[in-house]
Order: sequence, then structure tokens, then C-alpha cells
Amino acid sequence: MLTKRIIACLDVTGGRVVKGVQFLNLRDAGDPADLAEAHSAAGADEIVLLDISATAEQRATLLETVRRAARRLFIPFTVGGGIRSLADASAVFDAGADKVSINSAALCDPTLITCIAERFGSQAVIVAIDAKSAGNQHYQAFARGGRTPTGRDACLWAQEAESRGAGEILLTSMDRDGTGVGFDCVLTRSVSDAVRIPVIASGGAGGAEHFVNVFRDGHADAALAASILHYGTTALAELKQTLSTAGISVRWPC
Amino acid sequence: MTIAIVDYGAGNLTSVKKALDSLGSRAIITSDAEQISGADKLIVPGVGHFAATAALQRNGMLAAIQAAIRHETPLLGICLGMQWLCAASTEAPELAGLNIFAADCTHFPSQVKAPHVGWNDLEVIRESGLLTGLPQRSFVYFAHSYRVPLIEHTVASCEYGGVFSAVVEQGRIFGVQFHPEKSGTVGKKILENFCELPC
Repeated sequence: MLTKRIIACLDVTGGRVVKGVQFLNLRDAGDPADLAEAHSAAGADEIVLLDISATAEQRATLLETVRRAARRLFIPFTVGGGIRSLADASAVFDAGADKVSINSAALCDPTLITCIAERFGSQAVIVAIDAKSAGNQHYQAFARGGRTPTGRDACLWAQEAESRGAGEILLTSMDRDGTGVGFDCVLTRSVSDAVRIPVIASGGAGGAEHFVNVFRDGHADAALAASILHYGTTALAELKQTLSTAGISVRWPC
Repeated sequence: MTIAIVDYGAGNLTSVKKALDSLGSRAIITSDAEQISGADKLIVPGVGHFAATAALQRNGMLAAIQAAIRHETPLLGICLGMQWLCAASTEAPELAGLNIFAADCTHFPSQVKAPHVGWNDLEVIRESGLLTGLPQRSFVYFAHSYRVPLIEHTVASCEYGGVFSAVVEQGRIFGVQFHPEKSGTVGKKILENFCELPC
């Protein structure tokens, strides 16, 4: 049976892993390559490295960090942040990434999704959507690290991304990000049910029960975990055991 | 022993090489017909569209692979590389596969999401040198929208929108639908088993 994935996310800036609360107040959490390998050994199903400062500061993804981490990983490895063109994506793939995650650049030029998918396959293209509640169970997609409203409905944008060749959607709730109060299951379910590609839920995880909820009620195919892993709040083993006990199929033992 | 990873422009070959390097195997990434026919073992990787396999007809790669097969060189097709070992795919019906495995690849049924992305378990149907030492129901990483049906050469199956072939084997030719290079310790064991097959 296809299992629900737990994806360890490393938010990186200046070559270090950090984790913010609602996109601000960054705290240092370690070396990306060390943490990536440690999460893989502990049972993470995939690793995502997001260069969170790249779009804001108009600089290229830290290819050296990607290379160092990729060398030590034998599970799927996604890189996002600052990827604006096919050339940017190619460089990240060359450095050892299996998938790229694109966000602002796709909103700016949706043909980029097709462009990368045609060259590297849809399975290699994740479209990341930062969504914020606009009331009445509607959500708006934001660009530039959550700074710029786009006026686009998150569900409609996810559908367009799918039709343009995205292989997966990485959906972050801006309202929940870093709060630890749980995933936004309403947002996740509405997007997951609107598309025919896998949806990765992100933002708000504070405990194992939140993952149970987002898989069961949010219809997520995978869920992103960041701070709760870095600081040892919930060990991966414990998280997967809780999911398994709740009747959710996970890769365990790894 | 040299393993040639056939480069026909479909996908990230460095991850396959990286996994083989970590096992201490000598692997080269090549699209050169001479290097392909001179290798002790071949890996045909690949992700993406079946149409990409058309590139194998360039530079004499196809003839080199066919010659290697006649000389009983062990060959492993990964993901799209496995599908290319079949007769055809509805993804690109105008193209023919190598037809080592007489089956057509078809898209997953509409009631499940596609691509099939993530870790799924293998049901080993019969013994295979490729799967030596692996417990039943081992998890491996898949990323594909088309699949090979169950055939007489299926050695392990997987369930997603019905049962399909996860591992096929005929003589010294193997195909895996999943990505062993991305399947952690289980995947490494499978690649190690392939490396250890007698040449």
C-alpha cells in the first residue's frame, strides 16, 4: 500500500538551517548536510531544502549546500528557493537534487512549470503554494516568501499548476506556519480534493496528532515537518508509530 | 568490473552513479556505443516521458545494448528504463520498446492520483537474485504514471490502483519500476545484488 510520507524540511539561509515563526524570527538550527543525513537515518521519507532567503535577496540557490547534502542522501531530495528559470533548475538538478520546488517564479511565469516538466519530467516539478485565508474557506496564494498577495485563489492555482505539468503541490498555510497549533486541514483538503496529483501539507505541525489529522481529515498525501524534528519535540520514530497506531500506513521500519 | 549507466538524456543519472560509488562499484555515465558494448554490466535508468527513449536510437546506443544482451551482459532497467524493455507504452504509441518483456505499459486508472509518488511495498512473487536478502514487504520509492502489468516474468509486484509489476526478470535482464538509488538501504541492497551478479 502506498504510504503517507513524512518529509523533513530544512529552511536554509546563509548555508545554515533556520526555522521561522510565521516567516519571521529566525533561529539557527544547524548544518544542512548533517541534518539531512540525520533525518534520513531517523526515518524521514524525503528531504526538502528550501533556500528561504533566495527570492527576497535575488540570489542563486546555494548550490554547494545542495551538493554537500545530496552526496549523503539516498532518498528523494527536493530543492526550492530562488529557482527562476530552466537554467536555475538545471543547475540544482546537476548539484544532485531529484526535484525542484518553484513558487514565485511559477506565479510570475506559469510556462516555467511546463518548461521544467518537459525537460526533467513532471515527477521532478513541485509547485509550492503559500496560502493565506481570505475568509469563507477561500485562500489566496502569496508570492515572494509570503510578502506579496497575488489575487489568485489557491485551489485554482493548484489546478492550473497541475494542468501545466506539476507533479506535486507543496501547500503551506501561512496562517499556521511555525505556530505548532496543527495543519490547516480545511485548506489542505480543499486543494487535495481539487487536483489529481499528490499534495504535501505544510505549516503548523506541533505534535504527532496533527499529522494524523492532516492525513485523515486533510486528505494530504505527504506532510512536511521542520522545527518539530530539529528540536526533538517529536522524534520521527515516535511520529511514525503514532501514525501507524492510528491506522495510517507509513514506511516503518525503514 | 565496469558498469555503464546509459545516458540518453532522460533524467538525473548522477544519483544512480552516486549510489553505485557508495557501494564501491566502478560506474561510468556514457552515451558512447563502444563503452556500452565494452561494459561488464549495463544500467538503463530514466525518468519522464516514454518518448525520451527514442534518443536510445542515436549514436548506435540501441545496437550496442542489443549486442550486450546477446552476449548475456547483465542489464538493469530503472523506471522508464524498465518500461523501455517492454513492447510499448500508451504514453508514446508510435514508439517501440525493446520487447524483452512482452507487455504494454499503460496509465494508472483515473480513480487514483497519478503520478504514483512515494514509498510502497513489494510483494515478492518468486525468488530473484536481485532481491536476495530483502524481507517480504520491503518499502521502495516510486515516481511514475505508467506501469507494467503482471506478466510471467514478474518477480515482485506492487499495489496501487490495482496490482502491477515492480520487478521483472528474464535471464540476465532485470527491470525495476521504482528507484533503487532513492530507496535508502533497501535500494542500496538491490543495487549491491545487481553488482554482485556474475558477469
